[in-house]
Amino acid sequence: MTTLPTKTDRKLGLVIDLDTCVGCHACVISCKGWNTQNYGAPLSDMDAYGAEPEGTFLNRVHSFEVTREQAPPMVVHFPKSCLHCDNAPCVTVCPTGASYKRTEDGIVLVNESACIGCGLCAWACPYGAREMDGAEKVMKKCTLCVDRIYNENLPEEDREPACVRTCPAGARHFGDLSDPDSDVSQLVAAREGFDLMPEQGTQPVNKYLPPRARDSLDMPDLASLCDPAPEATGFLGWLDRALEKL
Amino acid sequence: MPSQPTPDLSPQVSDEVRKTTCYMCACRCGINVHMKGGRVAYIEGNRDHPVNRGVLCAKGSAGIMQHNSPARLRAPLKRVGPRGSGKFREITWEEALQTAVDWLKPLRDTAPEKLAFFTGRDQSQSFTGWWAQAFGTPNWAAHGGFCSVNMAAAGIYTMGGAFWEFGQPDWDRTKLFILFGVAEDHDSNPIKMGLGKLKARGARVIGVNPIRSGYNAIADDWVSITPGTDGLFILSLVHELLRAGKIDLGYLVRYTNAPYLVNAADGPEKGLFLRDDAGKPMVRDRATGQAVAWDTPGISPDLGAGVEIGGVSHLPVFRHLADRYLAPEYAPEQVSDRCGVPAVRIRAIAAEIARVAFDEEITIDQPWTDFRGVKHDKMVGRPVTMHAMRGISAHSNGFQTARALHMLQILIGSVETPGGFRFKPPYPKPPEAHPRPHAGHNPGQPLDGPHLGYPLGPEHLLLDDAGQPKRIDKAFSWDAPMSAHGLMHMVISNAHAGDPYPIDTLFLYMANMAWNSSMNTSAVMDMLTDQNEDGSYKIPRIIYSDAYSSEMVAFADLVLPDTTYLERHDCISLLDRPICEADALADSIRWPVVAPDRDVRPFQTTLLELGARLGLPGMVREDGSAAYKDYADYITTHERRPGVGPLAGFRGNGDGKGRGAPNPDQIARYIENGGFWIDHIPAEAQFYKPWNAAYQDWAVERGIYDSPQPYVFNLYSEPMRKFQLAAEGHGDRQPPDHLRARLRETMDPLPIWYPTFTDAATDPDEFPLHALTQRPMAHYHSWGSQNAWLRQIHGHTPLYVSGEIWAKHGFQPGDWAILTSPHGRITLPVLRMDALNGRTVWTWNAVAKRRGAWALDEQAPEATKSQLLNHLIHELLPPKGDGLRWANSDPVTGQAAWYDLRVRIEKAPAGQSLAYPDTGQQDSPVPPAPRNLAHQV
Repeated sequence: MTTLPTKTDRKLGLVIDLDTCVGCHACVISCKGWNTQNYGAPLSDMDAYGAEPEGTFLNRVHSFEVTREQAPPMVVHFPKSCLHCDNAPCVTVCPTGASYKRTEDGIVLVNESACIGCGLCAWACPYGAREMDGAEKVMKKCTLCVDRIYNENLPEEDREPACVRTCPAGARHFGDLSDPDSDVSQLVAAREGFDLMPEQGTQPVNKYLPPRARDSLDMPDLASLCDPAPEATGFLGWLDRALEKL
Repeated sequence: MPSQPTPDLSPQVSDEVRKTTCYMCACRCGINVHMKGGRVAYIEGNRDHPVNRGVLCAKGSAGIMQHNSPARLRAPLKRVGPRGSGKFREITWEEALQTAVDWLKPLRDTAPEKLAFFTGRDQSQSFTGWWAQAFGTPNWAAHGGFCSVNMAAAGIYTMGGAFWEFGQPDWDRTKLFILFGVAEDHDSNPIKMGLGKLKARGARVIGVNPIRSGYNAIADDWVSITPGTDGLFILSLVHELLRAGKIDLGYLVRYTNAPYLVNAADGPEKGLFLRDDAGKPMVRDRATGQAVAWDTPGISPDLGAGVEIGGVSHLPVFRHLADRYLAPEYAPEQVSDRCGVPAVRIRAIAAEIARVAFDEEITIDQPWTDFRGVKHDKMVGRPVTMHAMRGISAHSNGFQTARALHMLQILIGSVETPGGFRFKPPYPKPPEAHPRPHAGHNPGQPLDGPHLGYPLGPEHLLLDDAGQPKRIDKAFSWDAPMSAHGLMHMVISNAHAGDPYPIDTLFLYMANMAWNSSMNTSAVMDMLTDQNEDGSYKIPRIIYSDAYSSEMVAFADLVLPDTTYLERHDCISLLDRPICEADALADSIRWPVVAPDRDVRPFQTTLLELGARLGLPGMVREDGSAAYKDYADYITTHERRPGVGPLAGFRGNGDGKGRGAPNPDQIARYIENGGFWIDHIPAEAQFYKPWNAAYQDWAVERGIYDSPQPYVFNLYSEPMRKFQLAAEGHGDRQPPDHLRARLRETMDPLPIWYPTFTDAATDPDEFPLHALTQRPMAHYHSWGSQNAWLRQIHGHTPLYVSGEIWAKHGFQPGDWAILTSPHGRITLPVLRMDALNGRTVWTWNAVAKRRGAWALDEQAPEATKSQLLNHLIHELLPPKGDGLRWANSDPVTGQAAWYDLRVRIEKAPAGQSLAYPDTGQQDSPVPPAPRNLAHQV
């Protein structure tokens, strides 16, 4: 069993905008590329060109359909990676201390040299956010690009997670969610950001912004917006008067 | 608490960053390629690049797996087994080049038209076209004919530019964005970035698409339109806007041909513009009631009243337009059923367009002067924008639908105004400023001009004295008069049939024509392998260049292996498909960030070498030696016009913008600058480009035009009317009788809608459904599904059907469906999706693979659980009983009507687990792929 810090100095995490995510998987592959070259073992692809390819990904996008009573169905793209929970069950379940939550920023990491590949943490995570690497047999998970966000070899502007840097639609935001004045906290407040599965008691740091109302366009008949409507006086008469005013 | 581990928080990311241009799709984003020990380690977006500003899509980030793909060809190949078998032997480049020369030289000397050279999704068309022109064959084009020529041609003929490379919404200012049936791999990062900007400021996005996936999923409002009816929906919006008077009359008077008087006198000029003695179109001046030249200073042109001459009343274009679209047949209630859109939704959208355009007008305090010399103290804009691509254009009514869309944009005065749709240089460029098509060929001589262009009337068709098409694809014939991009999808079937004439060598580049890029794939494979009685092939010789072991490779006699995009030079040129922004001129390069580790060569360099060996003009010096060392040398030193070459930046001594002598350091300067060059348009020239004197002068300075080219938008297309007049019997050049009625109908000079040819000919009880393909955002054509990372996102092709169809046929999870069209039949797994137009089913495009291709396992789901809808689509329509076979294409441009497909669906018998039809297997010319990957450099 591994203990969680009683408190962390900051709560670094992601805010993911479900109103804006087009489901393009840019974040998935950017993450794959960065984390194959960095932090710990590369993310492998088993049977890469075969019948049942199975690779390790730290971030995946799922798509859900929402059918509604009086409106057309919606499709929601839902990117999912480790939520860096304050009350992370994946940490407390770890028999070796390999899984841990950092005190300075709250990032949940796996110390691969201490990981025995038992997989208990993946079972404990209610979000399915951890994946056992098929080649290395160690547990892999989102590091919040801990080797980017403090990386002095990167220009300052690039010190953010790879998924955030690459997101074409700007649907992913990174920051300190313990600071109510941070951009991400402001965004969560303004857009009614929510916790994923709060009933699990995991207290996730990452937040999701809900899709805005869809298919609500309700306009009066166009002609009623016009004064006078050409229909009232005949189109040519209207046209003549309108041209006169030009 | 025990002390925490201390991971390395500042690892060395790379030894060096090399900045080049992505090629994982046609978007052309800037990329930073991180190198470690001379190898590619990681790819990310270039923050300085105008196209993507640092972001990068899934394809772009997966470029490393494309570069390392096991499907990469390794050496030139000569076929040793039957065509299609994939049996080859590797040969030397000397043998490969000499073989090609031995085949091509006699053709050039005797009958250059017997070479058909067609290129696919390459971005070097101004180069390959130049080569083909020097060779002297009229038979060259790229892939536009089966992609989006309807969009491009309708845009050019209507307003001098279309979407994507031609222009873009004013993303920073627009307040309402309407997206019609887009292909989500086109302009992909810029559209996503634009949508993100709109979302961040709460602007409304409306998606018009039968399928609510991708961009449509985040649309605030979704219009689940029935395929092929977008034009009718658009014309109904026009009806509503006209009915309410919500149109920008000032804009129409100043910047369009709305006031031009249309000749109403019976005879050969009927429907053409009334012109003065100098040939200028005339308008009615409201002050005098007289017809005067359209550009007479100080007049106030009328839009309603006409002039009477000799007892005939000649009315302005706008009057014809209003009369047509105000007719009750375009009322929302009348179109609702056919479009699958409730009338109340059509009215609401029209009202929202009107509200935003006219109540939320944008003003920029920027004085400017128009081409008439009139000074304006501000720039006024209507912040409603639209975008469309193949979804509306890949129909047999696609050209007219795209015209209708542009008409809608123009009527509300939003084109080239702040908040509206903006052209990207070198556009705007009206049809008159483009070349005409050429096909004059003679043995041993170059072609008499550029292959492709914009015909302005029947006199520009490419027909011989007997009225037969001069091109193998029959482009610019009566079958498809305005086929501005050629008809690549017809080349193989025409060559196989020897119609209009036989060819000898089919030379293809980067076009998977034996597979996902052809309609009627199974039959095309048969045509490529069909033999004469003596055992020779009907298409005698096939040369193909590709970087990968694609399906088409197996059907070639000679394969010239290309490099990957990280191993070669390219230029994304202003002469071609540039990367400009609405407020800037820009172009870019690729350069070899790594050297090839195989015996492969960049195709363009190979082509120059062939050109030199063939002695083609421009490719050899006087002493017979090669004029260009390689493609990089061509990029730097070639001049298309004096001082104007493939790259616009750093010309002359390095300061030249657009114009200037060749600069030997030009490529080095591009590399130093991050792989691109950008030059911003002055503030006073940024809007109203077709009419803005400052823009026109700037464009001349930069070499875009050689003289100012102001023009007005063509709401009414006079070139179309000329073709229509011919169909009515006027003029020397007459269409064949069987095409007259169709040309009369479809060459209407004002936008029209008609049911797609397939819809019109299909019994809705027999084939009740529309079937579409979409290309996933994470793939590009057949390249994506061989990529180890991307194929894990989309690895097979389920057929998505609505809940109603699901229930009706009793589908259960794991079931397969049989999809039958009038032409063929396929099976594929089925999945339920409710966010669909109820009359539509769909699947992913180009994921399916032939067994043995692309270095994938024979049991890969791309081969076993995937299918191409292409098998269901014939390049010809079913026989109508008139003894003729009609093309399954747009009648104006010849664009392949992929999305006209109609089908019926049945549940496949239990136990189905393999996709039908089985297209056989090809031997792989490359070694088997590694089983597992853990790629750390």
